[in-house]
Amino acid sequence: MSEPFLQIIDVSKRFDNVVALDKVNLKIAKSEIFSLLGSSGCGKSTLLRIIAGFEKPDEGRILLEGKDITKLPPYVRPLNIMFQNYALFPHLNVTNNIQFGLKEEKISKEEINHRVNEILNLLELNGLEKRKINEISGGQQQRVALARCLVKKPKLLLLDEPLAALDKQLRVQTQFELVNLQYKLGITFIIVTHDQEEAMSLSDRMAIMKNGEILQVGNPVEIYEKPKDKYIANFIGTANIFNVLNKNNQIIIKELNYEVKNINNKENYVKCLIRPEKISVKKLENLSDNLNIGVVKEVAYLGSYTKYLIEVNGFEFYSFMQNSLVSDNLQIRWDDKVKISFNETSIYFFND
Amino acid sequence: MIKNFKKQNVWFVFTPYLWLVLFFFVPLALIFKISISVSEWGMPPYRDLFSLSENGLEINSTLGNYLFIFSDPFYIRSYLNSLSLAFTSTLLCLLIGYPIAFYVAKSKPSIRNILLIMLIIPFWSSFLLRVYAWKVLLQGSGIINSILIHIGLISEPISMLHNHYAVILGVVYTYLPFMILPLYGYLVKFDLNLIDASNDLGAKPINTFVKVILPLSLPGIVAGSMLVFIPVVGEYIIPEMLGGSDKLYFGKIIWDEFFVNRDWPIASALAMSGIVILVFPIIIFQLMYAKYNFKNE
Repeated sequence: MSEPFLQIIDVSKRFDNVVALDKVNLKIAKSEIFSLLGSSGCGKSTLLRIIAGFEKPDEGRILLEGKDITKLPPYVRPLNIMFQNYALFPHLNVTNNIQFGLKEEKISKEEINHRVNEILNLLELNGLEKRKINEISGGQQQRVALARCLVKKPKLLLLDEPLAALDKQLRVQTQFELVNLQYKLGITFIIVTHDQEEAMSLSDRMAIMKNGEILQVGNPVEIYEKPKDKYIANFIGTANIFNVLNKNNQIIIKELNYEVKNINNKENYVKCLIRPEKISVKKLENLSDNLNIGVVKEVAYLGSYTKYLIEVNGFEFYSFMQNSLVSDNLQIRWDDKVKISFNETSIYFFND
Repeated sequence: MIKNFKKQNVWFVFTPYLWLVLFFFVPLALIFKISISVSEWGMPPYRDLFSLSENGLEINSTLGNYLFIFSDPFYIRSYLNSLSLAFTSTLLCLLIGYPIAFYVAKSKPSIRNILLIMLIIPFWSSFLLRVYAWKVLLQGSGIINSILIHIGLISEPISMLHNHYAVILGVVYTYLPFMILPLYGYLVKFDLNLIDASNDLGAKPINTFVKVILPLSLPGIVAGSMLVFIPVVGEYIIPEMLGGSDKLYFGKIIWDEFFVNRDWPIASALAMSGIVILVFPIIIFQLMYAKYNFKNE
């Protein structure tokens, strides 16, 4: 990364002795979709509000294109924010909401009309110009909120839980629209979300936050495949975490009593992760083979795949199997004995 | 069952109307009757509207009382004084009350209730007592003068009582909660994100106030202003206790006509005129405002 587009340097913030952000450092590149992901109270919203300028950090600096914007009030920052509840002005109609920000700039009336029309077309809001905010649907409100920001041609767009207020069907569709829009306009997006699926599908890169700290930054694949610790592994997707024993240069997955043979790095790892979709289970036809046998405790059929909860030696973990990979005569049911198998390259070792 | 309920419902709705008819419209009609009667010595001090004589039914009605009060600039001036007092104090209440209402509405819920109680507590003492307290504070030997003399700002007590400034002070003090409470009611519902959004879109704080906060709190401003303006026009006690002879107010004139001059027809004509002059502009305003609100809903 050359000169980072947005740089957050050692930013800390406390509210009445509660630490909201603790020395946060982050570099965000131009034109990327970056997500701040974490459960509520992790500080992601505070960080967003500090970038927007609504809160001043107690310590640290924010640089946008190398320029220090830490002390600038929100109304002069070349960025915009879309609020979770959209914060559309209820006393103004759609057009007046969209042109609100343009009227604050010294722009001619023709230019304002031109840009408003442009954005109305882009977000397919034609025909709603004169509608009041409470006369349009939630999805339309979301697009008006987006239009109100984008019409200002910001360098950076902050989105606070952009899809949280939409129902599930609309959410998936809007996700793709949002990514397309970003691709078309090239504006840098910073998205705050608590929804890991949303973060995974939207972002180029993401930061996992907890207790005001950033735990890990990376692209969705890195975060999913190589989580830094147990918390992240569990936060993103479903995680099967096993203990690892190192006995006389033998690496053993304790709960499965399985020796990992093809491992070149014999460092002293204490834990390993195997994602459920990488563990396959197969119904045993004869009980000859005693190795790697588990008992199915729960079955959840989810259409394209099925979740199985497997118990081995009192330890429970998940296996997700594509339904197309399970033949009808080998359907797995409760209390079935199954053979467990996984590829050794699917094991990810880490320290707690 | 449903029939019974409906019957109860009718009574439920009509009781307040009955109350209004009995205790508002009937007295108003009586006042109107007196206002078109002819004044005379006696008890009551006016001639009956209808009387039977040898000529049959006689109607002793006159519009003379109205003609008289509208031809005498004394009455018109006192009414204008009252209007200007109401206007000035409404404006002052708004200017003082708005920031207070905003602050209370935006403070933490735990503190908010304490602040609200502090606003309402003075109501627990008598209105007369509160106005009288100002008399004590403002008089020549009062606390304010004593302090000013003590710290050497003035050598002689200044006369702060018995002028129209004292009246404005008393009115603003008394009616301020009537402005703050409706304003608070609207501001407390106000979504603070709207202020952030406006700021974020490039509006400086003053523009945010004018373009977002003010229009959205307009219903509160209207309600509060009505609650202050209308009663202050007829306010009698505060001008009587704190006012002087520099300005005469409408409420006091009506009192004087009733009880000092014992000219009930003139006093009633004054009261009726005052109501009519005030009520029609307010009805028109309310209709226009309702239309404007409807357009904006």
